[in-house]
Amino acid sequence: MSTEQSRAPDSASAPAPDRQAWRSTLQTLGMLPVLLLIGVGFELLAPRFGSWGNLSIVMQQASINMVLAAGMTFVILTGGIDLSVGSILAASAMVAVIVSLWPGIGMLGIAGGLLTGLLFGMLNGGLIALVRLPPFIVTLGSLTAVRGVARLLGGDTTVFNADLPFAFIGNATLLGVPWLVVIALLTILVSWFVLRRTVLGMRIYAVGGNPDAARLSGIRVWWVLLFVYSLSGLLAGLGGVMSAARLYAANGLQIGQSYELDAIAAVILGGTSFVGGIGSIWGTLIGALIIAVLSNGLTLVGVSDIWQFIIKGLVIISAVTLDRYRLSTGGQR
Amino acid sequence: MAMPRADLAATPVLEMRGIAKSFPGIRALSDVSFSAWAGEIHALMGENGAGKSTLMKILAGAYQADPGGEIRVDGSAVAIGGPAAAHLHGIAIIYQELALAPNLTVAENMVLGREPGRSGRLDRRALAAACRPVLARLGVAFAPETIVGRLSAAEQQLVEIARAVMAHSRILVMDEPTTSLSSRETDRLFELVRQLRAEGLAIIYISHRMAEVYQLADRVSVLRDGALVGTLSRAELSAERLVRMMVGRDLSSFYTKEHKDPHERRILFAVRDVADDRRVHGCSFDVHEGEVLGIAGLVGAGRTELARLIYGLDPRTRGSLALGGKAIEVRSPREAIAQGIVYLTEDRKRLGLFLDMSVRENINIDIVEEDARWGGVRDFAAARRRSAAAVQTLGIRAAADTVKVGSLSGGNQQKVLLARLLETRPRVLLLDEPTRGVDIGAKSEIYRLIDALAKTGVGVVVISSELPEILGIADRAIVMRDGRFVGDVEARDMTQETIIALATGAAHAAAAAGAAP
Repeated sequence: MSTEQSRAPDSASAPAPDRQAWRSTLQTLGMLPVLLLIGVGFELLAPRFGSWGNLSIVMQQASINMVLAAGMTFVILTGGIDLSVGSILAASAMVAVIVSLWPGIGMLGIAGGLLTGLLFGMLNGGLIALVRLPPFIVTLGSLTAVRGVARLLGGDTTVFNADLPFAFIGNATLLGVPWLVVIALLTILVSWFVLRRTVLGMRIYAVGGNPDAARLSGIRVWWVLLFVYSLSGLLAGLGGVMSAARLYAANGLQIGQSYELDAIAAVILGGTSFVGGIGSIWGTLIGALIIAVLSNGLTLVGVSDIWQFIIKGLVIISAVTLDRYRLSTGGQR
Repeated sequence: MAMPRADLAATPVLEMRGIAKSFPGIRALSDVSFSAWAGEIHALMGENGAGKSTLMKILAGAYQADPGGEIRVDGSAVAIGGPAAAHLHGIAIIYQELALAPNLTVAENMVLGREPGRSGRLDRRALAAACRPVLARLGVAFAPETIVGRLSAAEQQLVEIARAVMAHSRILVMDEPTTSLSSRETDRLFELVRQLRAEGLAIIYISHRMAEVYQLADRVSVLRDGALVGTLSRAELSAERLVRMMVGRDLSSFYTKEHKDPHERRILFAVRDVADDRRVHGCSFDVHEGEVLGIAGLVGAGRTELARLIYGLDPRTRGSLALGGKAIEVRSPREAIAQGIVYLTEDRKRLGLFLDMSVRENINIDIVEEDARWGGVRDFAAARRRSAAAVQTLGIRAAADTVKVGSLSGGNQQKVLLARLLETRPRVLLLDEPTRGVDIGAKSEIYRLIDALAKTGVGVVVISSELPEILGIADRAIVMRDGRFVGDVEARDMTQETIIALATGAAHAAAAAGAAP
């Protein structure tokens, strides 16, 4: 490696095939080494960390963020942003619990939550794709407005349902795996399928990579944008159902506060470009896990809540710095 | 008429000697020498890509010339390492695309980047007061407090000139300054340019337009293929001579086309009265089966705009299309492609390719929907097959078709883009500058491809600023100027001189010069 670098300066512009392969492996791995490093570190500091029980808790804690971050990945891949997912999650959770109280047909709460999310997502998408407003502004607006709707739905109180018909989602397991984790991993899998195996997925990358060229090549850019924001909303709705199922309750004010930031952080940690067109759902999975591992590990080690904030922020910034350095020394872009 | 006043100064204010500039793979300028005297308007002419802009960018400090050349200001050698150095030596450039901040006032724009005042405080009143006499000298009608974005294009240009005067520039370069001006605005601009000449500025005036050069220039220099062909004094000036200097290049033998008579074939694609009433003012033409139709003209003549209107990218105000005798409706690129009309953009990096995606994905992106199964699941085997076949037939050179298309050379990128269009099996190809930024080898391969496509009955429309290209590959050429068709030239009548005379309006200018000597 070192001899090759010292040989000629043009080795950077025309990398040997094996070096390129090595680099692309490194890029695919992305933040996985960082996740493992953090994991090993916590294991050394707090032996309880690596136990099966605790790892299952980490996965459960990561699950809702994974679902939100999956939707966020679609949005950011098109070069957009969705700041409203936390609020949409709150409104959806409210609807899910309220509908679950309807006697006999309480299971409809799931559909109610999902539909609420989809509806708000479509509103975002309509304004962005058809009225052509900037995504940051539209979703900043709905971040506030939908939060208000969530509070309005329950008359600004907490709604409970001790007999939640779909409580199994938040508390039961499937073959030993918590339902929350099953849903999150399924979401990641379906996202992967859509992004990598379908025409739509290719178009999402195309629109994010070069929207002008996408338009010229006959891609209906508006349709792609409408889809990604609707999907992000739908997944926020799913997050709302998951959250309601876990708590047997929902509060329009408290639930889902600043979840959008964790979702965005997971996507960015996962190496998805903020400009659009570059990134993968696997990166997002790892990003979401890093965030969950950090919270869990720091708590186990006994770090105070205040310091957790500071450390999490610094880790996000330094991880992305590392990533930028890794990509730029790679010679591409 | 003021002649270069060589008697006032023994040396020219600007002298460029032996300037050369190479970009990777291209020699943009070689051994160009150029001078300008105080109180002179020196016109710089040449075809698109002749090297005018490169030369001026070296003067502006935007590019560095290759070692060996020399730039002298007032007789002493200077190094222009950047825009600040250019400004220091009194050089100001007004580009075609104006470089003003539309949200700021006229006065603020006039001092942008060199704001007066100490410790960062900007005294707006003093600033306006300082700008007012300059504006008065130029005879402009707006106040220094006006927001630049509210001014017309012509007025904004005046702000650029005022900015140069404000900075006490002595060398003023104007790049195609009349492109966006009406004829009255042009007259006013000319008056002002002459006034600046009388005040002792050296003005370098870049233009394609024969008539303007006739009206203004004291001397004319012509660049061709990056080299200086010659400099004419006013007395030596003639339209015929200039045209010959601009085009006189040998037609290389790589155009292998046999010209056919297009009228023996059936009309494939009929375009009638297409217009947006801004850049394109009603254009009609027919493309026959198996014909290569050239559209010639200068940059800004409206050729790309016309192609975009036909392709459904920009809204038309009127016009109709017919394919194979049937009227068709094209309101979006999607509909155009569905009808079998495809468009190759002149700007492949910005508007054409997905640089972060692989060669294979780029080749397949227009066709994936057709190949997909179960309502949208990709068929990767088909994609691999198509890509392998296209790489083979178009001779795309890449390590593998999985590398990012952005890592390929210009010629190979262009072939990828062509391959993508051809996957949809189009009936009409609109090719906008199909060989721009492409090396000579890939160029001849693209010409061969165009010829082969035409032989299969496809109608090909080639928009090109390179005349030899039009002459070499087109069966027939249409010349466009200012959004209109000004001539239709059959293969047997096609010469560079006839086309360039139509495109620049030289015939027109010569007639005018003859009428008023």
